[in-house]
Amino acid sequence: MRSSQVVSQLLRVSDVTNRRSLRRRQLMDRAAEALILSFASIAIAIILLIFVYVGREALPLLWENVDGASLASTVTPPADWQPVSANPRYNVIPLILGTLKVTFIAMLFGTPLALAAALYTSEFAPVRLREWIKPSVELLAGIPSVVMGFFALIVLASWLQEQFGLEFRLNALNAGIALALAIIPIIYTVSEDALSAVPNHYREASLALGASKIQTAVRVVFPAAMPGIGAAMILGFGRAIGETMIVLMASGNAAYMSLSPFVSTRTLSATVAAELGEVVFGGGHYRILFFLGTLLFVVTSVLNWAGDRYNRRMRMKLFGAE
Amino acid sequence: MRKAIDRSVVILCGAATVLILLMLVIILGNIIAHGTARLSWEFLTQPPAQGMTAGGIFPAIYGTVLLVILMSIVAVPFGVIVAIYFAEYAKRESRFYRWTRMAVNNLAGVPSIVFGLFGLGFFVHGIGQALDKGLYGGKLLLGQPSILWASMTMAVLTLPVVIITVEETMRAVPREYREASLALGATRLQTILRVVLPQSWSGILTGAILAVSRGAGEVAPVLFTGAAYFLPRLPTRVNDQFMQLGNHIYVLATQSPDVEATKPLLYSTVLVLLVLTFLLNVTAMVIRKRMRSWASR
Repeated sequence: MRSSQVVSQLLRVSDVTNRRSLRRRQLMDRAAEALILSFASIAIAIILLIFVYVGREALPLLWENVDGASLASTVTPPADWQPVSANPRYNVIPLILGTLKVTFIAMLFGTPLALAAALYTSEFAPVRLREWIKPSVELLAGIPSVVMGFFALIVLASWLQEQFGLEFRLNALNAGIALALAIIPIIYTVSEDALSAVPNHYREASLALGASKIQTAVRVVFPAAMPGIGAAMILGFGRAIGETMIVLMASGNAAYMSLSPFVSTRTLSATVAAELGEVVFGGGHYRILFFLGTLLFVVTSVLNWAGDRYNRRMRMKLFGAE
Repeated sequence: MRKAIDRSVVILCGAATVLILLMLVIILGNIIAHGTARLSWEFLTQPPAQGMTAGGIFPAIYGTVLLVILMSIVAVPFGVIVAIYFAEYAKRESRFYRWTRMAVNNLAGVPSIVFGLFGLGFFVHGIGQALDKGLYGGKLLLGQPSILWASMTMAVLTLPVVIITVEETMRAVPREYREASLALGATRLQTILRVVLPQSWSGILTGAILAVSRGAGEVAPVLFTGAAYFLPRLPTRVNDQFMQLGNHIYVLATQSPDVEATKPLLYSTVLVLLVLTFLLNVTAMVIRKRMRSWASR
């Protein structure tokens, strides 16, 4: 049925072919190619535009000092983030610490779970079960981050506080666990793809040498997929650093200089989201927030690029080409 | 001994899988259990009332739908054209290919809050104010946050979703079809328009659905580009602000004057958003699965 459709389409093509002059068709063809290439180049332009238009608003910080906001003010001690006060302080160290803390907690919970589940899905699960697990994890990825943030704010935070008798209801641990739920699908999907991409003859060779199925999975397949798993972790990390709504709602948003996971925490992304709505356009605070955005953009871009490289190396290693 | 270790590895990995799925079930179960109580026809068709402690969420639903429609009008055609480049024109060893590929991959990983900043800097203050100056003599019309600029920002964010999905489908169209078409004397463009595209409609549909699902759930990009806390009337022009489901959840959850009174409404709003995005995702999955089983036949 399908192939007959194709044939009829092809016949229609040849029909049209006869009617129109060759030159006109070639002209159209060339014009279309130029158009398509220019659209593709817009994709590159967008990335540059993001960098330029976010960075542009922060750029005057390099040579100006608007209401105490300059590039130097972001690291000048004391380590206080107090942008709205008579004597505003814009030290971003507490925010970077908060971001790293929450991200680290998310990776600590998310990575082992996601990798173990990926290994289970790719190597141990019966085929019929596998077909249910993968879409279910994809559904987890489909939960909007504002919903995850809501769940952490209303349900998870109260539960954690009750269980552990915490002083702060909203804290880095709460945000980190919710964030873990958001990055598990990414780490799972990318590493599961990597594990499944390991050619079967690796497994067969290992089994033929007398290794058990589990030994094969842990000692042969897992190491072979290592670059892909590295990529999965890098991409998960990048997502965790930039994730906004979850931390905005679940972390408590107080910029303490503390390593404790149980205190209220403020991250870079949440700071931008919470404060940009109330700043004076073009003011010092406004510029600093765009500086934070530029920082996030640059860091996540580098992580993405690194993740991509690892993924490509994986394919090179297994197949000798892309 | 070896068997015991083996078994515990499988059990641990299985347990991790179960734990992940269990968390999904707990989240869904909790939201469904608490969300259905206030769900009614009135809730879906009435505006909020009494400081958002009563009434419904119609303006937020309306705004979200309008947002994703405007977004799709831009993101889908644009994404399909870039996908055509990747699937049909790109030469893998060319520098241009590597750059575009890197750009699209990078775009997919940019944090959503950065898109919000970009939307404000580029669309609202950049294009919007330039248009105001050029066309309306400096009157403030387009140079302010609005549903138009929020949609454009969201279109940029969902672009990689469309590109990657459509490209995958186009690559699945057998090479022989293209060769047959070219052999019959069709140009490359004719081959794409009459052979490749008709075979890829399901991929385009999937890409559009996934983009809509993503766009309906994102909040950070619209926070400063057009979403409003509360509006007494629906947006009627492109430069109006709008209410959005996700933003409404954020507002209700964090800025409500009476948390306990808002909670049932909040849960129902979350349920509506969740049902919306899940239905879209499941539809996309079903189409994809059919597409794959057809491709492998």
